[in-house]
Amino acid sequence: MHELGITRNIVAIVGDAARGRPVRRVTLEVGKLSGVMSDAIAFCFDVVAQGTALAGASLEIREIDGRARCCACGNEFETATLFTTCNCGSQQSIRLQGEELNIKSMELMEAS
Amino acid sequence: MCGHCGCGEGSQTTVLNLRTGEEIRMEREPREHTHADGTRHTHTHDHEHVHADGTRHSHHHHDHTAPVGEIVELEARILAKNESFAERNRSWFKGREILALNLVSSPGAGKTTLLERTIRDLRDDLRLFVIEGDQATANDGERIRAAGAAAVQVNTGTGCHLEADMVGRGLRELRPDIGSVVMIENVGNLVCPAMFDLGERAKIVILSVAEGEDKPLKYPHMFRAASVMILNKIDLLPHVDFDVGQAVANARQVNPHITVLQLSARSGEGLDAWYGWLRREAGTVRNTAFT
Repeated sequence: MHELGITRNIVAIVGDAARGRPVRRVTLEVGKLSGVMSDAIAFCFDVVAQGTALAGASLEIREIDGRARCCACGNEFETATLFTTCNCGSQQSIRLQGEELNIKSMELMEAS
Repeated sequence: MCGHCGCGEGSQTTVLNLRTGEEIRMEREPREHTHADGTRHTHTHDHEHVHADGTRHSHHHHDHTAPVGEIVELEARILAKNESFAERNRSWFKGREILALNLVSSPGAGKTTLLERTIRDLRDDLRLFVIEGDQATANDGERIRAAGAAAVQVNTGTGCHLEADMVGRGLRELRPDIGSVVMIENVGNLVCPAMFDLGERAKIVILSVAEGEDKPLKYPHMFRAASVMILNKIDLLPHVDFDVGQAVANARQVNPHITVLQLSARSGEGLDAWYGWLRREAGTVRNTAFT
């Protein structure tokens, strides 16, 4: 339920960076373990973007799988949940990716 | 201010100073004021903002804007703003050798009751200050004040969690003493508060035995973000189907390092271990301001 607030942050950050130029596309990186639903951001985006430099912009969300490295055996493995454990049985691991919540880039349109 | 978490435009954060009775309507940072309905605000101190209709003003400098169609790498963290406010709070706490704790739970797990009891029992021991977060009412803030601690009530309107700037505004009113303990009681919610750093030293998640022992698995973000899990209301164990061992195992599955304390804020059982933990943590931040 925090995706509306997060989408507002996205629109504000991109709007500031665009300095008044219309934005054609926004690309996000959202980790699958970030606690944020990509679908919910996409759902909010059009509404929040209305009346801003991002109005009508398309939204590209690159979802990033969770990966971790086991502290016991050094194995790297995919983590579907926050608590997926290594096959060796160890629960101690270091998250390598999957918790991203970043604005990767924006594509600007020709200024009118 | 803009709403958070699926709320409408009517959301308004207020900070109530329970010592003076003064209520402050909180103005959030200007760039958060991009309203979906096209409403625009006057931002006198922000010269880079974007107008809803896309117009630009001559006093804005656009000499360095990117060429047409260019893709601009931003690499911006979406929660960067909250993180910078949280760091400011953290430095503020550190400089004053204050132990700041963020108490989180679902509604009704017993956060306020535990705080009331802690304030009464440690009156001669630790100086406790409380920031109370709720969507509405000053009920909890009044309970804390009646228990004997200075408190500020932050009402988030329709927002479902505290953010770091709200805590900063609360601190301005609360003015906690050097070397004291600041308890931040978050809005009762096991989802969103996990994502928002307030500048605290630790999150403490409270799970009551009247809930399910699978809560850590259902809300893993929160239990992973917490340093301590307090199992509250253990006086009710004979009356409920709550498997303590399973609850602890579930919490450890999500967060192998989590400290578990079992207690009843009502009967007093297990409180000594909680007070011991608090004293130790308060001790570790003492004399660290300039280190």
